[in-house]
Amino acid sequence: MKQIVVISGKGGTGKTMLTGAFAALAENKVMVDCDVDAANLHLLLHPSIKERNIFKSGAFAKIDPALCTRCGQCSDACRFQAISSEFAVSPIACEGCGLCARLCPVNAIRMKENTAGEWFISETRYGPFVHAKLGIAEENSGKLVAKVREAAKEIAEKNGATHIIIDGPPGIGCPVIASLSGVDLALIVTEPTLSGLHDAERVIALAEHFNVQTQLVINKWDINPEASEKIERYCESRKVPVVGKIPFARAVIESVIAGKPVTEYTNGALKHDIIKIWEAVGC
Amino acid sequence: MIISVASGKGGTGKTTVAVNLALCLEQAQLLDCDVEEPNAQIFLKADINDRKPATVRVPEIDYKKCNFCGVCQDVCAYHAFALLPKKVLFFPQMCHSCGACSLLCPQKAIQEIDRPIGEIEIGQRNSIRFIQGKLTVGETMAPPLIRQVKSYIDPAFTAIIDAPPGTACPMVTAVKDSDFCILVTEPTPFGMNDLQLAIETVQKLGIPYGVVMNRAEPDDLRTRLYFKAHDIPVLLKIPFDRKIAELYSVGIPFIEQFPEYRTKFQDLFLFILDSTKVAA
Repeated sequence: MKQIVVISGKGGTGKTMLTGAFAALAENKVMVDCDVDAANLHLLLHPSIKERNIFKSGAFAKIDPALCTRCGQCSDACRFQAISSEFAVSPIACEGCGLCARLCPVNAIRMKENTAGEWFISETRYGPFVHAKLGIAEENSGKLVAKVREAAKEIAEKNGATHIIIDGPPGIGCPVIASLSGVDLALIVTEPTLSGLHDAERVIALAEHFNVQTQLVINKWDINPEASEKIERYCESRKVPVVGKIPFARAVIESVIAGKPVTEYTNGALKHDIIKIWEAVGC
Repeated sequence: MIISVASGKGGTGKTTVAVNLALCLEQAQLLDCDVEEPNAQIFLKADINDRKPATVRVPEIDYKKCNFCGVCQDVCAYHAFALLPKKVLFFPQMCHSCGACSLLCPQKAIQEIDRPIGEIEIGQRNSIRFIQGKLTVGETMAPPLIRQVKSYIDPAFTAIIDAPPGTACPMVTAVKDSDFCILVTEPTPFGMNDLQLAIETVQKLGIPYGVVMNRAEPDDLRTRLYFKAHDIPVLLKIPFDRKIAELYSVGIPFIEQFPEYRTKFQDLFLFILDSTKVAA
C-alpha cells in the first residue's frame, strides 16, 4: 500500500483540485483530507457521513469563583496570559498546561477536557473518505491529522486498498509535519511565481528533513513560463522529479464551481495531463 | 491601529492586499506573521538591517541535582519528557514553554534555556517599517514566533499584519488583538467555504471585519446576494486580470502599475478607521 500526500507550502496552488482528480482516477484507495482547519475536498467528493467521532484534545482551566481567594499565584505563573485580572480564564489563550491548577493553594482550579473538533468516516462514489473539522480557533490540528490518518490506514488495510491519498494543509508547521510523517511520497504542487518557488523550496527541505521522497507538479505553468523553467531547474538541482505541468485553464475553476473532480468535468488536454501525473505518482 | 489580513483558504491574496495597502499609507508597519511561508518581502523588498534569533524557553536538566523522581514527566501536559533509569529524555518539539517542570521540580534541577526556532528580520522601505518571522524548517510551533513578531508593533503607527491561512492556532495568534480584520477571499466554492470559517473565527475573537473579493467575477450575483443576506461588508473588489497575476508572479505590487488602486486602498483604510471609531 502506497501513501501519497499532496502538499504545497503556499496555499491555493491546487492541492485539492489535484487530490480530487486522483480520487476519480485511482482504483482501490482511501481518500483523506488532512487540511483539518479549512477542509475543501468534501466539496468535490460529496461524502455521506457514516461515522461521526468527537475529537477530544487538551484541556483548559476553569476557576471556581466561590473558592478563589484572588491570591494571584495562578496568573503570575501563567505564561500564556490566559488569566484575567478578574480571575477568568480565556479558553482561546489557555494552552492547557495545568500549572495554575497545580499551584492554586485552595484547589479552586479544575482542568476541563476540551472538545477540539470532529472527524468523520464517509462513503463517496469514489470510495471511503476520512475527513475532519477542527473547532473554530482550536489548536492541536497535528493530533487531529494523526487521528484521521490512523483511521484511514485501518480502513485501507481492511479493504486491501493499494493507495491512501491525502490532501495536505498549507505551510510547513505542525499539521503539515503530521500529514507528511511516514508517507511513501509527497507530491508538491506549486505555481510559477516567486512566492510559489520560495515556498516550494521550504517544503522540499521539510520533506528531506523527514526523509520523505518528493515529486513536483507545476500548476498554471503558462502564467509565467520563465518562472516555470526556473522551478524545473531548481528541482533538477535538488533531484526532485517534475512529474507534470498543468496549464492555466478556465475548466479548473468551472469544475470546482460544478463541485466535480476536474477529470470528470473536462475531456480536453488538461484531463490527459492529469492522468499522466497520476500514472507517475500512483505507480 | 492594528489591521490584520487573513483568509481561511490559502492563496487568495492576503499578501497582495497587505503589501499594497501598506504601500498606500503614509507611514505604516508591515508584519509578516505567516512565519511558515513568509512572502511579503518578495514584494516589499525592504532593506533588512537587523536580524535576531527567535527563541523559546525549554528545560535543561542538571544531572548533578536530578534524582530521577519523574515529577517533570508527570506535570508535563504535552508529554515532552520520557523518564529512563539514568536519563530524562526531552522532546523539544512537544514543549509549550509553560514552565511547569522547572517550577515544580523538587530538586530544583531544571533551569530554562533559550532554544532557537527561527529568525526575526527587521527592515525598512521608504516609510514602511517591516518585520518578518521565519520559522526554521522542521520546527512545529509557529505561535510563539508569531507572538514575538507582534511584540515589535509600535502603537504610534498603523500596523498591517499578514496572517497565515487557516483558522487554527497560527491564524488566531496572528489576528488576535487586532482592531480590524480584512478577510480576503475568491468567488469559488473553496474560497467561500473557508471565508465562512474565517468569519466565525474573527467573530469568536470579537474583531470587526470586512471582505476583500479577489479575482472577482463581473456581476457575480451569487456572492453578492450572499454578502447582502449575511450583512457582510465588502471593502474592495480586485478583478481577475492576467496582468495582475503576472505582476504577482514576478514579485511586483500591482498598485505600481495600476495607480487607480491607490485611492481604492486609501478609501478602504478610511472606511476601517471610521468603522472602528463607531465601534469604539
